[in-house]
Amino acid sequence: MNKIVSAEQAIAQISDGMTVGIGGWGPRRKPMALIREILRSDLKDLTIVAYGGADVGMLCAAGKVKKVIFAFVSLDFIPLEPYFREARQNASIEVMEVDEGMLLLGLRAAAWKIPFIPTSVGLGTDVIKNNSDLAVISSPYDEKDWVAMPALKLDVALVHVDKADSRGVCQIKGPDLYMDDWFARAAAVTIASSEDIVESDYFSSSDEARYVHWERSETTAVVHLPCGAHPTSCAPLYGFDVTHFKTYNASVKEGGFGPYCDTYIAGKDEQEYQQAVGGLDKIKSIPLPIY
Amino acid sequence: MTTTATEYRLCELMICAAAESFAGNGEVLATGIGVIPRLAASLAMKTCNTDLMMTDSEAWMLSEPNPVSGRNLNEGQKQESWMGFSRIFNNVWGGKRHALVGPSQIDQFGQTNISALGGTYRQPKVQMLGVRGFPGNSISHANSFYVPAHSKRVFVEGECDVVCSIGYNAERLPRGYSFDDIDIRRVVTDLCVMDWCGPNHQLRLVSLHPGITVQQVTDNTGFEVHAGNELTTTAAPTVEQLAIITALDPAGIRHKQLSDNPMGDRR
Repeated sequence: MNKIVSAEQAIAQISDGMTVGIGGWGPRRKPMALIREILRSDLKDLTIVAYGGADVGMLCAAGKVKKVIFAFVSLDFIPLEPYFREARQNASIEVMEVDEGMLLLGLRAAAWKIPFIPTSVGLGTDVIKNNSDLAVISSPYDEKDWVAMPALKLDVALVHVDKADSRGVCQIKGPDLYMDDWFARAAAVTIASSEDIVESDYFSSSDEARYVHWERSETTAVVHLPCGAHPTSCAPLYGFDVTHFKTYNASVKEGGFGPYCDTYIAGKDEQEYQQAVGGLDKIKSIPLPIY
Repeated sequence: MTTTATEYRLCELMICAAAESFAGNGEVLATGIGVIPRLAASLAMKTCNTDLMMTDSEAWMLSEPNPVSGRNLNEGQKQESWMGFSRIFNNVWGGKRHALVGPSQIDQFGQTNISALGGTYRQPKVQMLGVRGFPGNSISHANSFYVPAHSKRVFVEGECDVVCSIGYNAERLPRGYSFDDIDIRRVVTDLCVMDWCGPNHQLRLVSLHPGITVQQVTDNTGFEVHAGNELTTTAAPTVEQLAIITALDPAGIRHKQLSDNPMGDRR
């Protein structure tokens, strides 16, 4: 089985109104080249599930989003995502705002094909007050309230990985895989963009297979997109692009997303994007952040 | 033998006061979000509770806290186990954690907000971070709060605009729960140290920073603060504590956290 496709072919599997989960975390290892491909498409009315960063902000700014299911949307060193903030304050999107852990439980429930997972998380807070579709239930085993976190079934998951083979074996060697394995399992279709395409034998050497976090049956399509996480990081290969994020953040007050998108994304393919941001070598030399 | 420092900054006083929150906690994960909270947790791990656990704020548990400044990538990092973000929730929901966080709003019930200000759920006036992990933290483990600028904008009247964490609020208490299931510890501000041990879990003044009056605290708090007879002055850092703080922050980024970097003793 050969799962390698172009970004355009991969994104063609998404339809208007679908629920799309996006891997990564804030400014870290987001499948940004796939997001840019969505920005170039006619897709609309998407429900986005993410530990959000500029992925969510850009999709909101481009009018692709009907609803966001989130716990935060942040660029980390710039705490507030400019275009998510704008979309929220203009009420241009619907939301389901839940705890970070609840999002994980929702993905697990979807992966395990169960309707919900009971949790104490959310009790006593506005999470249960604001989300009328989030049920508080009784337990058959005690006399306490429990939040029934519903399965977050994804039509499509988008993730970015370090290496993949043509059968969809994906490797992430960065110190954290975030919730990417759960996004892949929660989705009917998982599209993985990859820094490198390797032969299957690569995984049999040394302990390379230890860094494969889900089975290839969970990966539907593989897209070869070097530096495809830019401007987010892909540790240990490259850090997030602080300068580019500052430009992006400033754009909200300097003409908005339109000019930003025209400069870097609209009408450009990924190679042209890379040239516009300084080239592959420059991206690969971006240092990792130190906390 | 310890020696009290004669000159110290307010940030250092707050670090030492907040570090005390972790004394006697035993083997729990100490999470300090932000420079001063992280230095407080790190100081505690080096002094009053050497059993504390800590992460590198990314994906590893450490046997020694990393300095918050002046460090090269992976330089001298003492890793002891993997601790990616998904594994953090195994620790959180198991309860062996104490987080020291800086909410944008805190109300009379100890409920907090980092999500949004004003408006409605559909259209907030000001979108902030989102609830992040606050709901789960608040119902699972101990939490303390750090407030760099004690004011009525932080300590709000009524309830927080978005209640992100459970507090001592009878009206929101879930079925089968009591206030004993909620564990809010200290509040360290630029004016004082407080806890939630007043009558019926009312916010209680524990100590005033040198040169601060009860009036200043009550004037800047949007609800009643219990001020009993046991009121003390916040202990000045010791020379030993200051040396450890300096080693943990060689570049001195702690001095850029509070506006004008005031002296610790304002008498």
